[in-house]
Amino acid sequence: MVSADSQDARDFRVVGRRRDTRDTTTLVLEPLDRAPFTFAPGQFTMLGRVGLGEVPISICGDPAEPELQHTIRDVGGVTHALVDVPVGDALEVRGPYGTGWQVEDGRGGDVVLVAGGIGLAPLRPAVLSLLADRASYGRVVLLYGARSPADQLYSPELVAWRAQGLEVETIVDQGDDRWAGRVGLVTRLIPRLEVDPARTLALVCGPETMMRYVTVALTDLGVAAERIRLSMERSMKCGVGLCGHCQLRELFVCVDGPVLDAATLAPLLAVREA
Amino acid sequence: MRGIDELLREHPFFAGLDDDTLALIAGCAANRRIHEGDFLYREGDEAGTFFVIRHGRVALEAAQRAGGSLVVETVEDGEVLGWSWLVPPHRWMFDARAVVATSAVVFDGACLRTKCDQDPQLGYALLQRVAQVMLTRLQGARVRLLDLYAVPDASKR
Amino acid sequence: MALEQAAVIDVAGLRLLIDVLRADGWAVIGPTVQDGVIGQAEIQSVDDLPRGVGDEQDGAFYRLRARDDAAYFGYVLGPQSWKSLLFPSRELVRRARPGDGPATPPEHDPELRPLALFGVRSCDLQAIAVHDRVLTSRVAVDSHYAARREGTFIVAVTCADPAGTCFCASMGTGPEPTEGFDLALTELLDDRGHRFLVRPGTDKGVAVLELLPSQTVQGADRAAAAAVVESATGHMGRELDTSQLRDLLYSNPDHPQWDDVASRCLACSNCTLVCPTCFCTSVEDATSLVDGTSDRWRVWDSCFTSDFSYVHGGSVRGTTKSRYRQWATHKLATWWDQFGTSGCVGCGRCITWCPAAIDLTAEVAALRVTPSADTLTAPTPQED
Repeated sequence: MVSADSQDARDFRVVGRRRDTRDTTTLVLEPLDRAPFTFAPGQFTMLGRVGLGEVPISICGDPAEPELQHTIRDVGGVTHALVDVPVGDALEVRGPYGTGWQVEDGRGGDVVLVAGGIGLAPLRPAVLSLLADRASYGRVVLLYGARSPADQLYSPELVAWRAQGLEVETIVDQGDDRWAGRVGLVTRLIPRLEVDPARTLALVCGPETMMRYVTVALTDLGVAAERIRLSMERSMKCGVGLCGHCQLRELFVCVDGPVLDAATLAPLLAVREA
Repeated sequence: MRGIDELLREHPFFAGLDDDTLALIAGCAANRRIHEGDFLYREGDEAGTFFVIRHGRVALEAAQRAGGSLVVETVEDGEVLGWSWLVPPHRWMFDARAVVATSAVVFDGACLRTKCDQDPQLGYALLQRVAQVMLTRLQGARVRLLDLYAVPDASKR
Repeated sequence: MALEQAAVIDVAGLRLLIDVLRADGWAVIGPTVQDGVIGQAEIQSVDDLPRGVGDEQDGAFYRLRARDDAAYFGYVLGPQSWKSLLFPSRELVRRARPGDGPATPPEHDPELRPLALFGVRSCDLQAIAVHDRVLTSRVAVDSHYAARREGTFIVAVTCADPAGTCFCASMGTGPEPTEGFDLALTELLDDRGHRFLVRPGTDKGVAVLELLPSQTVQGADRAAAAAVVESATGHMGRELDTSQLRDLLYSNPDHPQWDDVASRCLACSNCTLVCPTCFCTSVEDATSLVDGTSDRWRVWDSCFTSDFSYVHGGSVRGTTKSRYRQWATHKLATWWDQFGTSGCVGCGRCITWCPAAIDLTAEVAALRVTPSADTLTAPTPQED
């Protein structure tokens, strides 16, 4: 493997944008040098601009398409600026970095994807890559929990995915009287799953506390911890294992993750403030 | 036309109870259909029923001052609703509205209580099942109180 | 390089060594007395070296003293390691000028001379090797460090007089340099004269040594050099028991000693600043109000700062306890899993320069003591 310099960046132009929810925007980016952008589902980039700063953001686009997509939530200084970047502006991208979901490991069995809140964004490429090869998998189920109906991402796509053979079960923490779907915690949906736990691969993404509870519920169902994959998040300044910020004991979340299995993570997450 | 005890036998809540027991409690119950949009009960009403949802979805909701309601939980196929028949105060805290056409076996609470008083084994078996449901609902409610999907406020630490 | 290529030079030879390096275009950086410490500066000649100067070090204590001999290297370490030169605390990594298109890496400065590091101690030499592994042998490379490192000439020195906080012998990193140098000197002062046993470590080193007037190494010189090493090894200021150290730290995240050290630690980050193997950095973007040029700087950072582990919602390691535990565990244990070596080279700087005199070797010793049952129970709340 060729060692890249930690600061190698490519310039991309914003060619499309879409406001998803009150605090979340999806940007569609194309590289100025026109060379394709290839990535594995689950990977992230360091997105930003010299003078603005940069942040690690999971890639949410279709791995079969040449453009780069990022769903960004306004949670701090840099993301606050990124959600307002207009079409035509240029941004710098470093990456893609990190380990991916490797959803193809689920071939020949059932796949359960559990998304919480904006956690659906890093799972979207896995969904698209699954649907592109649907026949290789058994049951494929997406469990998606959001805070409220207004906070759901990609609502029209969920309908399309159902039509393509993905079972989609949605639930919100709090509903209103226009919402006819389920209200409750996303873990409620797990005991109802009709999958073969011995042949199930689970991909989980959402707030860390939620991922812990989901992991417990999935292991209660009989899914092996080694077959439950989580997407972890830590402070990142470089994305390539040099700045030291993202360490979770011996793991560099940017290089050894962000996708890590629950068996590896269990002893590390058990230590408070590790 | 199938008997109530047969409907109960199909429902996960009663798994593990023998046919004699089901026949015993079936005497307290009737099968009901609720139209979409109709209420199973309203906040403040005296509560004396236990709902075993067979098909459909029920929203537990709280009416808002500014109009409309906020839904705190939905209950659907294979689940149960209401335990005010078991312990006081026998009063509903939320509205329960059928989100879609719903079929349920509806138990009279006083009848069921009397049978449990006469047969403590039955009472214990039902109590265990109710406690299981309450535990799941309580944990789910507590975790939702954490509001994990919200952008956290670092100043609260 | 075999000892057969070693030679003995005298003080005049040492002077010439520095002159030769300078004439060859190197910027010779060596130890000098600055502000009451042994600092690093460009040296013009052998006269700039701290001749006859010694040092005393202990927890939160550092003093220079006058030796009763004329040794050029009769002290050990000042607060700065060679990290300050090879991996500077501020490095410009990218620049964007308005209207000039995308940001680019900074242009290479043609005026910059390659560095000759003069007087590198064995522990610091090992620290440089650790940095080589961390910064140049993994998925991504720090190209600035790599470029600086490639052009560097290293003259190492055996320590004759360890200080009160030294523990390289425990870590297997000294006191005699064994690899990673171009030339290694052992200073000898006895009735045979003031001289230096010089061992070349590379072809570059051999080439420079050949330019100096020298004598063949006699048995007495070899014996004297060996005696220096033996004496230094036996005079370490501290000891660290490294047996099963990784398992000890991994299996004791809740040891009460962490609470104890946290009550003393100021989270001032001095230890990480002076540590020769610490490598954590952050990034700062700055835009000039004058001409709109935007610069991205890579700067040293420390795991002791409150926002080092900040993700939206708060820092993962909010308490001083968790941060001290992170630093010690990383340095002594996790480094093995990540890089196949210890992160600690036993230089003792963290002990000397800690304002609270926290001693890493003492903390580890305390962790080896199994806590009694009493200390594991939570304190009962006091009724008012």
